[in-house]
Amino acid sequence: MDKMPKWADVVLIPLISLFLAAILSALVILGIGEDPVAAVKLMVDGALGSTYGWGYTLYYATNFMFTGLAVAIAAHAGLFNIGGEGQAMLGGLGVALVCLLIPWPHWTLALVFAALGAGLFGAAWAAIPAYLQAKRGSHIVITTIMFNFIAAAVLNYVLVNLLRPEGSMDPATARFPEAVHLPSLHELLAPIGIEFSKSAPANVSLLVAVGACLFVWLLIWRTPLGYEIRSLGKSEPGARYAGISSVRTIMIAMLISGALAGMMAVNNVMGEAERLVLNATEGAGFIGIAVALMGRNHPFGVFLAAILFGFLYQGGAELALWTSIPRELIVVIQALVILFTGALDNMVRMPLERIFLMMRKGQN
Amino acid sequence: MTLMKPLMGAAATLALTAGAALAEPALIFDLGGKFDKSFNEAAHGGAQRWTEETGGTYREIELQSEAQREQALRRFAEAGANPIVMVGFAFADALGQVAADYPDTKFTIIDMVVEGDNVRSVVFNEHEGSYLVGMMAAMASKSNTVGFIGGMDIPLIRKFACGYAEGVKAANPDATVIANMTGTTPAAWNDPVKGSELTKAQISQGADVVYAAAGGTGVGVLQTAADEGILSIGVDSNQNHLHPGKVLTSMTKKVGNAVFEAFSDGADMETGFSVMGLANGGVGYAMDEHNASLVSAEMQAAVDEAAAKIASGDIKVHDYMSDDSCPVLSF
Repeated sequence: MDKMPKWADVVLIPLISLFLAAILSALVILGIGEDPVAAVKLMVDGALGSTYGWGYTLYYATNFMFTGLAVAIAAHAGLFNIGGEGQAMLGGLGVALVCLLIPWPHWTLALVFAALGAGLFGAAWAAIPAYLQAKRGSHIVITTIMFNFIAAAVLNYVLVNLLRPEGSMDPATARFPEAVHLPSLHELLAPIGIEFSKSAPANVSLLVAVGACLFVWLLIWRTPLGYEIRSLGKSEPGARYAGISSVRTIMIAMLISGALAGMMAVNNVMGEAERLVLNATEGAGFIGIAVALMGRNHPFGVFLAAILFGFLYQGGAELALWTSIPRELIVVIQALVILFTGALDNMVRMPLERIFLMMRKGQN
Repeated sequence: MTLMKPLMGAAATLALTAGAALAEPALIFDLGGKFDKSFNEAAHGGAQRWTEETGGTYREIELQSEAQREQALRRFAEAGANPIVMVGFAFADALGQVAADYPDTKFTIIDMVVEGDNVRSVVFNEHEGSYLVGMMAAMASKSNTVGFIGGMDIPLIRKFACGYAEGVKAANPDATVIANMTGTTPAAWNDPVKGSELTKAQISQGADVVYAAAGGTGVGVLQTAADEGILSIGVDSNQNHLHPGKVLTSMTKKVGNAVFEAFSDGADMETGFSVMGLANGGVGYAMDEHNASLVSAEMQAAVDEAAAKIASGDIKVHDYMSDDSCPVLSF
């Protein structure tokens, strides 16, 4: 027996949370003497007002879709994967190795194998914490977050000592060959007569991300494995009683989760930078947690939340470019949204539940 | 339709304000942020000086992430900012991609050479300035041991270290130079705690003058040197005032001048390769009331003589980046 109708849970709560975050952000902007209305206009116009803005918003959103799905699938198994950041970094290494070591004839082939490489590296990075959780009971939150630091150190070592081209001062790999260039939305949409900004980084991996959303939905709700993952997440003793191996299910769920986080690198490393730089993930692994929370671990919710966070990222960049609002404050605004939609979820949920209960009593 | 109207209005207003911003110069700071007391702050100072002298306005952005490099360049170029100045070698790759797409916009990159018809590359002869402060360090040292603390271990910083070591050896052939780098990633530019630890380690090895060429990390080096009662040498900006009487001198690199010149030249800026060294005042050592008591007349005379000889070409200071090696210091 639900306390609230489903639409309130899925639509109303996130909207109210967003609204509260927006009000608080406006107060902060007022506090430093800037005009919040103009700031919002600038953000909306900069992120959604042109194909250029959309290109960046969708580029960021693509990253967040992958990491959001990674967190969501682990959450269905009752696991909290905070290691998306590290898994995505290692995924970047996989992409870089695939793109640099093999002379690809065409980008389609390269995309398939780069995605495989990214997924493999990401999954491998998730495998150790998963094994420790499944076999030894080491808490996955602790191990995955520690693996983020190890990943940063590994990437650091590899970039500085192994992959850096001779004489370069940047700790980054050489540029990938021209053949593995992924077509941007501009190049994809031009043949069908749609004019899309040339300089925006959104590329074909957006479609891969959408495909991944679909894949996760099918997996979770339409396959026996998804059923096992969900039962484990709801109750481990119950799942075991039903004959589901918790070790096997934890491992599989985390491997898929790690692979999804790693595949983010197809977008940011192969699609945008076309070389591997340090800190290429830029916190997308952590944003993925907020995206999954806000999207209620449902692929479609993740899709929408990813676009919202893409908007915040791109809008924030526009604010930094055209106003004197300092960059720290833009982080504050983004943090407020995460705080209200993620951490303070119950602050909105509980009063709302009470209101709905009262309304129901009134009807009876 | 009713909703479209105000939206269109907003877009039109924005387009208008963007139009009014035409031909403003723009400055892009690197990840260290504009108040790093060093490299970026020197650039900020140059831009501020330009504003005070000409009354002009300029656009600026402090980057938050690597992905924003290209984005910031393109956005400023598309909005008509001209010239666009960026501080730091890390922009080289992004600028190489972007410059050709905006042939009517002039770009200035500091500390790196980028080919392009509309790009001015400004590099400094840091080894020459470092040579001078190296001489001063050797003359001020009583233990015959001096230290060098670099930021990120890249050829550019080795160039500082090599010039410094040559200066030390020129003033006192028996002196020992200890050189350490803070790290191998850009985080090494902003790690004052590690800078402080390295300073303590060098003091325990006998160093009584340390030279920090490490951006924001240098703040920790100078602080620890002052706390422990030894002398330090600042870099890029004049940092003598940070600890009056404790900072021997600063190797000044006139990043601000490069920004100022680019802003003043405006859209008609000459492009190409520009070297700022001792001869044209691009680098030097800082003297002011904060370090007057530390530098003897004899010291200053020796350094000024060397400066004149370097400027005239009589003394050739080795440039690490010319052959990736240093005759007097091994890393």
